[in-house]
Amino acid sequence: MAGRIDVSIEHKNSPPEPGGSKKHPNTCPKCNSHYRDDELAANLRVCAQCDYHFPVGALERIEQLLDDGSFIEEAADLRSADPLGFFDLRSYKERIAEAELKTGLGDAMLMGQGKIEGLDFQLTVMDFSFMAGSMGSVVGEKFVRACERAIERKVPLISVNASGGARMQEGILSLMQVPKTVCAVENMRDAGIPFISVLTHPTTAGLLASFATLGDITIAEPGTLMCFTGPRVVQQTVREDLPDDFGLAESNFRFGHLDAIVRRRELKPTLAKLLRLFGHVG
Amino acid sequence: MSGELELKLRDRLAKLKRLHLPGAGISDEVRRIEQQLEKMDSGDERDEDEIWRSVEFARHPERPYTLDYIERLIGDWIELHGDRARMDDPAVVSGLGSFAGRTVAVIGHQKGRGDAVQRVKRNFGMSNPEGYRKAMRVMDIANRHGFPVITFVDTPGAYPGVAAEQHGQGGALAASQAAMARLTVPAVACVIGEGGSGGAIAFALANRVLMQQFAIYSVISPEGCASILWRDAGQARKAAAAFRPDAVHCLELGVIDSIIPEPKNGAHSDYDEAAKLLGSSLRATLDELKKMSGKDLRRDRRDRFRSHGVFAS
Repeated sequence: MAGRIDVSIEHKNSPPEPGGSKKHPNTCPKCNSHYRDDELAANLRVCAQCDYHFPVGALERIEQLLDDGSFIEEAADLRSADPLGFFDLRSYKERIAEAELKTGLGDAMLMGQGKIEGLDFQLTVMDFSFMAGSMGSVVGEKFVRACERAIERKVPLISVNASGGARMQEGILSLMQVPKTVCAVENMRDAGIPFISVLTHPTTAGLLASFATLGDITIAEPGTLMCFTGPRVVQQTVREDLPDDFGLAESNFRFGHLDAIVRRRELKPTLAKLLRLFGHVG
Repeated sequence: MSGELELKLRDRLAKLKRLHLPGAGISDEVRRIEQQLEKMDSGDERDEDEIWRSVEFARHPERPYTLDYIERLIGDWIELHGDRARMDDPAVVSGLGSFAGRTVAVIGHQKGRGDAVQRVKRNFGMSNPEGYRKAMRVMDIANRHGFPVITFVDTPGAYPGVAAEQHGQGGALAASQAAMARLTVPAVACVIGEGGSGGAIAFALANRVLMQQFAIYSVISPEGCASILWRDAGQARKAAAAFRPDAVHCLELGVIDSIIPEPKNGAHSDYDEAAKLLGSSLRATLDELKKMSGKDLRRDRRDRFRSHGVFAS
């Protein structure tokens, strides 16, 4: 189940919560249409009225994109350690335990092999509801292993990203995941492995400064917030109104940072087309 | 103050013992808190004040900046300006010069010193994407002509501005690292002040990462961390003590390769001495890398970063 978006990186123009109360997760924040679980799932979690793209968890994303039963998870046993013994208002260990319980995932990324229309590739999928999809040692390691497996198996890598950035509870080690994943992409590039990066709402900060922007092909879903610095911080810095589409995929597309914006129902066919075009590797 | 923390910890400990969460090592957490309490009793926990001193020294308005070191260490210096696309970013300095008998490329963040005009001119060392693109251009020159690359890291972070975002700040940071990952010449990074997050890492994907004694290197500023996790930027000291951006901790974690000593009262107390100490570390590091082939240098750099991270499986 998708979690609520962390307000610290939420788009400044998102509609206010009516009466200050939280909206039901199946209520469209843009047009207030409400859906049953099965209706929303059947429409790939896209609002049938206004085309708002609801967040999608990693498991549901795999279900939406991949051929039935083709996902083989790898590195599933990796778990975050707590190298700093980090303790803010609560301990990091407690936050992880809570996220595990809430999402049923081991960390913010799933990695493995998959197929679309029978075409084989390596896959990473992030889940924003696990500690805002933040990248710590586990996410970094899983992504690097995905690159290494793609090279080994001579198949393309597709990464579906959703992350608030580095996981600050791991301190400087989370920052080190940024260059670590960049190096892995470079190794993949040297080996001639195609890399397709899909940005979904939101993909920000440390993720944008690392592998997410280094795809041979970089595409995003509509409405994806994809900025290095969140709107609130930018606004505090420049102290003026931000453009309406600040940091959104639509703005990034206009400025030339995306190959395409792809609506969710077009995502699978688009990825299939790209896999066909890049063909067999090696 | 530590009494308050102690109470909090004891409270947490009691709660955890009552709670039986499955999965993630709660028993480890119980042990950790017990150990921390023991340490507090024996009073040998690394001092919050000591870590905060690094933060203050690293941001000291009189701390030597990139151009101060270039002036003292680099001969035949010529600064190279502009990204050949949009502008010259004054928050980044890059150019060529000679060091230890050979031509090197030098790239660094540059803060302005003195009055507000100077500091604003350098944008407080916060680069726009164009600054990183200028750096990549100079890296490319270095790579084609076989010049080692020396970087000086000293930035609060990449600039959080509207135009910076529109011109692809995140992508520029990633591309700068990728450019460093591709180099077939030696690359040495020195954290000389604030090693702030993405802006810092863009220049730090090097074969060796050196760090001055009172510099800091972190994923987020203490104020940023405090305002997100403690919901109060005023808790910056506490946040810094929690994620420990100081050189000793970075060395313990293997994030840096060595600590460059500073004059006793900090680099700002004696520029010449600070430069001398930095220069000799740099020389020794470049000597060590001299013997490696281009291919090995690139491999070495990527392997160095491959190993970062702590996890269980």
